[in-house]
Amino acid sequence: MSLAIEVQSLTRRFGDFTAVDAITFEVRTGEVFGFLGANGAGKTTAIKMLIGLLAPTSGQARVAGYDVLRQAEEVRRRIGYMSQRFSLYDDLTVRENITLYGGIYGLGDAEIRDRGTGLLDRLELGHAGDERVGSLPLGWKQKLAFSVALLHQPAVVFLDEPTGGVDPITRRQFWEYIYAAAARGTTVFVTTHYMDEAEYCDRISIMVDGRIGAMGTPEELKRQFGGETLDEVFVRLARPAA
Amino acid sequence: MTTAGSPLVVEHLGKRFERTVALEGLTFEVRPAELFGLVGPDGAGKTTLFRILTTLLLPDTGSATVLGLDVVRDFWAIRARVGYMPGRFSLYPDLSVEENLRFFAAVFGTSIEEGYSTIAPIYRQIEPFRDRRAGALSGGMKQKLALSCALVHRPDILLLDEPTTGVDAVSRREFWDLLAELKASGLPIVVATPYMDEAARCDRVALMQRGRVLAIDAPSAVGGRFPHPLFAVRGGNRYAALQLLRAHPHAFSAFPFGDELHYSDVRSDADPGTIAAEVRDWLRSGGFGDAVVTPIRAGIEDTFMALMGAPEEIGA
Repeated sequence: MSLAIEVQSLTRRFGDFTAVDAITFEVRTGEVFGFLGANGAGKTTAIKMLIGLLAPTSGQARVAGYDVLRQAEEVRRRIGYMSQRFSLYDDLTVRENITLYGGIYGLGDAEIRDRGTGLLDRLELGHAGDERVGSLPLGWKQKLAFSVALLHQPAVVFLDEPTGGVDPITRRQFWEYIYAAAARGTTVFVTTHYMDEAEYCDRISIMVDGRIGAMGTPEELKRQFGGETLDEVFVRLARPAA
Repeated sequence: MTTAGSPLVVEHLGKRFERTVALEGLTFEVRPAELFGLVGPDGAGKTTLFRILTTLLLPDTGSATVLGLDVVRDFWAIRARVGYMPGRFSLYPDLSVEENLRFFAAVFGTSIEEGYSTIAPIYRQIEPFRDRRAGALSGGMKQKLALSCALVHRPDILLLDEPTTGVDAVSRREFWDLLAELKASGLPIVVATPYMDEAARCDRVALMQRGRVLAIDAPSAVGGRFPHPLFAVRGGNRYAALQLLRAHPHAFSAFPFGDELHYSDVRSDADPGTIAAEVRDWLRSGGFGDAVVTPIRAGIEDTFMALMGAPEEIGA
């Protein structure tokens, strides 16, 4: 069993505030891992450390086999990232975005062309390559952003609230893409405020005040905390930080 | 036809932005002291509607009245009487909690003291942090401050554009508890949300998609508009079971729903129990030996998905 993410006592302090407090967990290769928590619980700080944007105060983390602090460049080459707020450039066309990101990820011209065409075919977006991304409906933007985040075939993809504001059918299509990526061996690390989506994860963790308050399969957590739904489990656990 | 006393009446409202139709023939009415929900994803037209109702944008066609005042003719009078919380965080991050509130009170020619009884249930929760910069507040506290600022001039109607988007499940619940308190005081409230589960907290909801209303009803009645028998399915690999259900010759739709799958069947006249048994056998013979199929009532999200049709195509 190989591990895509190994986190050991990972800690980040800002002054005398401990945003992430010695968290320890592992994510298996090909797993869909839901990373939940209330606003202010420390999720964003933890993700920034895992993708090499923020140095830990103490502890360590390995992503795709590389240390996030000492081998940040190796880590960045092997991960994809997409968020609700920042994903693609609205003023560029669909193809221009693919070319730009392909270049950033270090792909050659021929690879960018071939993978870009394959990507558009899979999304059935072949006819829309010259459309400005800003003119696409939100659901399509998010599906495109996810595919672009996978363009360089990363070992791990980080999705930060990928489905916020998206209509309920497109939200479900998005999760089918997540399953398909996981079936190809990509590890998916995802945050969401939709508790029904938390049910679609293989395992989830719930962060509470900088620590991991609970971790397990959705079934295990419902049993452990005596909730009918994950929403109930979440509300029971995640008192928001004042 | 305007009903006397309706705090909000919208008739055949239409608005375009170049090629994009933002609102099309929108018609509905809010009743006195009602908590009315506009439920729909991004692009449904919710924000455009709020901007017209708050007189920040002119409609192309149709008309609307707020508190009996016309949104075009009486725009000046409306602005003083409406409490509006825009979708994006609209406060001054470099001002403190108290300075923000004082500023909004002053704009409306009043003071925190005069408005205190109205905002008290909400403001008391953030008052201990009144010297903190608004930009340094947590998501839930920002929402409470924005709501206080929208209420400080004691408006006669409250318009809230996605107050809970991006807010965690616990803070969302607390926010809806506050709205229930405000509603109890007789204040009509119109609130937009993309979260279908929040619709249950409203007196009535309008389901919106791409500038149109799909249905208006009490939350408990919305499910009755679902066009086919609906079933909850459990057991086995979710993704594989979903594919098998979609391949059923009488399938209308099959979607994941939390830890279940929801399957609907086009045989509307058949006995639901008979269909359930037949679909269970279909799954069991397809390798899902422990499949359980139960007839259920449709919820708001089921109905929304059935009524919305196919998601938007590009270039359509």
